[in-house]
Amino acid sequence: MTEALSSTPKVWQHRNRNQQLLSWFLWLTGTAIFMYCWQMISESTTWFFVWDAPRIAADIGSRMIPPRWSYISELLEPLWDTINIATIGTMLAILMAVPVAFLAARNTTPSTKFVRPIALLIIVSSRSINSLIWALLLVSIIGPGVVAGIVAISLRSIGFISKLLYEAIEEIDKDQVEAISATGASGLQKLIYGIFPQILPAFAGISVFRWDINIRESTVLGYVGAGGIGLQLNASLNVLAWPQVTLILILILLTVIFSEWVSAKVRHAII
Amino acid sequence: MGNMVTSPNSVTSEIQSTSLPKSWAPPPFIKNRILRWGLMLGLVLYLYLSVGMLEVNWTRIYEGLDRGAKFVFGFMNPNFAGRWSDISEGIIESLMMTVTSTVIGIAISIPIGFGAASNLAPLPIYLFCRAIIALSRSFQEIIVAILFVAIFGFGPLAGVLTLSFASIGFLSKLLAEDIESMDKSQAEAVKATGSPWWQWINYGVQPQIMPRLIGLSLYRLDINFRESAVVGLVGAGGIGATLNTAFDRYEYDTAAAILILIIGIVMLSEYISGYIRAGVQ
Repeated sequence: MTEALSSTPKVWQHRNRNQQLLSWFLWLTGTAIFMYCWQMISESTTWFFVWDAPRIAADIGSRMIPPRWSYISELLEPLWDTINIATIGTMLAILMAVPVAFLAARNTTPSTKFVRPIALLIIVSSRSINSLIWALLLVSIIGPGVVAGIVAISLRSIGFISKLLYEAIEEIDKDQVEAISATGASGLQKLIYGIFPQILPAFAGISVFRWDINIRESTVLGYVGAGGIGLQLNASLNVLAWPQVTLILILILLTVIFSEWVSAKVRHAII
Repeated sequence: MGNMVTSPNSVTSEIQSTSLPKSWAPPPFIKNRILRWGLMLGLVLYLYLSVGMLEVNWTRIYEGLDRGAKFVFGFMNPNFAGRWSDISEGIIESLMMTVTSTVIGIAISIPIGFGAASNLAPLPIYLFCRAIIALSRSFQEIIVAILFVAIFGFGPLAGVLTLSFASIGFLSKLLAEDIESMDKSQAEAVKATGSPWWQWINYGVQPQIMPRLIGLSLYRLDINFRESAVVGLVGAGGIGATLNTAFDRYEYDTAAAILILIIGIVMLSEYISGYIRAGVQ
């Protein structure tokens, strides 16, 4: 028996035969899907332009340098608008997201059957639609301007803040709430003294994190007419003023770095 | 949480040192009094300045309410049939862009992720890969899409390249963090068998990061689909162009149909990816 085994030495394999076959099958299907998709995209591409791309890229690159520094005087107000869109939008979002989060959390919702699904639907709808699309919708409803941007940012942020906040609410320590209710506290008092202090650090962290994301997103909202520095970006691109585009991109980069620095600083102080 | 536990002590000591007050107030979130009032004052001042400078065109908003009601009504009665050929074409193109860009993104992110892990890569490669990640993460998809459309021309290829580029920053960064926090002893055990470098990676490192990589890829697939709806606004293919046209023509029922489709597909993919992730981990 042992001789029979040693005469046909079996090489070690990572998977057994069925697993191996399954793995090959999955790879084959995946590759086929990818090749099909790639072919479809390739068909609707004008390859002549793509082969020409390096020359165009070099051309645009040479036009972008040097940036037109004097243009900065026209950018400071849009930049202020951009920061306002993100900040006021985040504040409005917080006002709307906190009740939604309490309605969505399993331990604080008034009804798991009726209220919770509605709250979850609000969260999913808000999260699935990009702020640019919200902005597009709002520009067409309430007209172009900073207000459309603020509302777009806040509608988009509700889902994000509520989702993270309701997860934090579901993870709270029950004993503290029980201790408060043992003193004979009302429902509102339980909320204020039992639950709020427990979620406050998470809440502050989430808000600042979302503010950081909103600064990034509000830099492009102007592209669809919702105010901020994106408006100037769109205008400069339309007249092919590449030196101005460079300056705007530099300014956006600096703003993003600044907001990331602030948010990291604040979150570090909280946690 | 830490300050919540210690603060009652400080409160009681404060009570003992002063004459005993009759009422109790919860300890403040920010303990430093100057910082607390300073922040509040700054906030009020900022709100006064920023809200005061808002130019709100109330008549325009009042006129818009009508259109807003029409949109809500459109959401109740979405019109899938009216422009079905445009919608289905756009959605299918978006899905294809999603698949292609995620695959390309993963294929490029894996080597960059390995290069950006400080425990695997030598310093020059580490810095190079981290620079690529920082570059990819700094700019919004839409800005990259504008540049790519200018360079590669209109069409889904510009969108695919944009989404691939954005995926690199996301996937590589999280992958590198996962590699950096892996269990060293497993990798060492494989190295002790005298395996060459690629076998060490294949048997020592790769099995440890695989569940995370699959989870992240599925998540990125999700994000790429949502973003593919946006890059179309600047001419980079996908459902965005159809959506933009629907809004421009004030065809809110068609726009609502597209948005409902997007939400539905996102929910479906979230459900499926949750299922797969539970199976992998």
